[in-house]
Amino acid sequence: MVQFHKPAWLENSLVRWVDHRLPIFSFMSHELYEYPTPRNLNYWWNFGSLAGIVLVIMIVTGIALAMHYTPHTSLAFDSVERIMRDVNYGWLIRYIHMNGASFFFIVVYIHIFRGLYFGSYKAPREILWMLGVVILLLMMATAFMGYVLPWGQMSFWGATVITNLFSAIPWGIGDWVVTLLWGGFAVDNPTLNRFFSLHYLLPFVIVGVVVMHIWALHVHGSNNPVGIDTKGDQDVIPFHPYYTVKDMFGLGVFLIFFALFIFFAPNYMGHPDNYIPANSLSTPAHIVPEWYFLPFYAILRAVPDNFIGGWTTEWLGFIIFEAKLAGVLAMFGAIAVLFVLPWLDRSPVRSSRFRPMYKWFFWIFAIDCVVLGYMGALPAEGIYVVISRVATVYYFAHFLVVIPLLAKFEKTKELPKSISEPVLGGGGGGASAAPAKPMEKA
Amino acid sequence: MREIGTAFVAGVMAMWISLPAQAAGGGTAPPAHQWSYSGLFGTFDRAQLRRGFEVYKGVCVACHGLRLVAYRNLQDIGFSENEVKAIAAEIEVPAEPNDDGEIEDRPGLPSDRFKSPFPNENAARAANNGALPPDLSLIVKARAGGADYIYALMTGYKDAPANLKVPEGMNYNEYFAGKMIAMVAPLADDGIEYSDGTKATVKQQAEDVTAFLAWAAEPELEERKRMGVKVILFLLLLTGLLYVVKRRIWANVH
Repeated sequence: MVQFHKPAWLENSLVRWVDHRLPIFSFMSHELYEYPTPRNLNYWWNFGSLAGIVLVIMIVTGIALAMHYTPHTSLAFDSVERIMRDVNYGWLIRYIHMNGASFFFIVVYIHIFRGLYFGSYKAPREILWMLGVVILLLMMATAFMGYVLPWGQMSFWGATVITNLFSAIPWGIGDWVVTLLWGGFAVDNPTLNRFFSLHYLLPFVIVGVVVMHIWALHVHGSNNPVGIDTKGDQDVIPFHPYYTVKDMFGLGVFLIFFALFIFFAPNYMGHPDNYIPANSLSTPAHIVPEWYFLPFYAILRAVPDNFIGGWTTEWLGFIIFEAKLAGVLAMFGAIAVLFVLPWLDRSPVRSSRFRPMYKWFFWIFAIDCVVLGYMGALPAEGIYVVISRVATVYYFAHFLVVIPLLAKFEKTKELPKSISEPVLGGGGGGASAAPAKPMEKA
Repeated sequence: MREIGTAFVAGVMAMWISLPAQAAGGGTAPPAHQWSYSGLFGTFDRAQLRRGFEVYKGVCVACHGLRLVAYRNLQDIGFSENEVKAIAAEIEVPAEPNDDGEIEDRPGLPSDRFKSPFPNENAARAANNGALPPDLSLIVKARAGGADYIYALMTGYKDAPANLKVPEGMNYNEYFAGKMIAMVAPLADDGIEYSDGTKATVKQQAEDVTAFLAWAAEPELEERKRMGVKVILFLLLLTGLLYVVKRRIWANVH
């Protein structure tokens, strides 16, 4: 097994003096150095720390941008262009921030799908998972408000469409919420002001939830590709230097892709219309959100207007919904369903490696999400609407029907005895039934 | 997982790249055109940008502004300081209030932004039959298809198909959304005279002015690509080294 050596700097007399009064150094040593991590994590486990680094990049570039940006409807667009043209390296800072938003979602989506594939949301990591969903929601709110700030055509019309969704809330609450979001009776200067304020605030809230997310993670440690608990020292290695260096390497690969977009295709993921100043009198031909919202946008548009008004109210009777509320509920439900996933999936086996059926449904679900994203980018007409509806129904069926049924009927494969067994046991493939004894002497 | 995952990510990327361009809105997709500044190492052709400026100044400026570009920026594309001063001085802008509080006009300075042809939107529409000529500072970034689209539009004026009735004050151009555009074909063979003696065909002018507008929209393009090449090379080296370090550190785990 791998021996852990306490870092030498812990023995420094000043460090020890401070540590005796505020044990920050032993805390760091405990959580970042010796923190026992499963020895078999693959590269899909890089995306958590990567997301944390991207968050820091976003905050640092965001603070620099805020020093030059003016949140006023008559100045916002030009102040961004001033950053692009006259501020030293302003174009670089802005392109990092702009593409950073997209890459943040790429990294986080991969992180989430990794959790889905390897069952990382299952006991005892339910709260860890739910905190992650909270982070996703906060990221969405932050990204949405950030996109409004340059005050281009898509900023303005995106803000108009999305804020209007809240008017679907019944019992008069909706209009009240929308007025509160707008700070008036239309998307205008007060809206831009409060969005800027909140766009600056929310990332720090995200940092807070991330701290809790990591805290919850460090209670039971990382899940792993085999999905079984660590059974002792032979299954784990210290976080440093093993995973610090692996994360650094992963960061390098990530930065290459990131830099390719920043320097050579900075506007690829943006929409040309956002280089046209906002104009409340001219609606763009197609209002599309940023790509990372497209699957949810497709779900929003997939629900027929008369869905609730038609047959559901017949037997829901007492609940009178406005028609468009159904679409809004479906959109938010697409995320809400993730909150309860740990209780929908009662299969005791975490990793898909030992769930032959779930594995396939996982990939079908992944394809379904891509199809939804594709549909979200296309106009809501003809066959696209039909595809969107089928994909939306499947999205929910995956969580509400497929997953609960699999837990009942799926015949899972036999789990290995311990993590170190398939790692060290050689034998490749078929988990040999050899007892875990040899590992235990270490 | 690794193989399927990688294949899946690659598939998503491929679909994403092939995603139909948005906001085409009924116009024909513009054909791809070769630009000196495309590609990883592309740079602007200084002589072309100068000709493009001459086209803008001789033709476009009658209706279109370039309000985000300052005269001093022209120095970045090869104009001398004195040339820029002379170009700026051709316009008149309101000065600061004088000692009596009156605002008089003064000649433009290199620090002034390009003066727009109309004082406001209403004036622009009034002079253009109700149509609004857009400011061109960001036009290359603000249209799907970018420079290819602008070039196609400049050279895309044709006679309308016989079965199509073009309304009074409109012109047929298949690249424009809806195929009817208020702008009259702006360029004509020898419509201007280039100072470097290049023959001013419509295609030549269209290509030159489009390159100039691409620069106006992305003045940082050359610096960005130069820096990008260095950054990528550095990252490749760093990542390669990190990989070696990672292998060595993990050697006793595997």
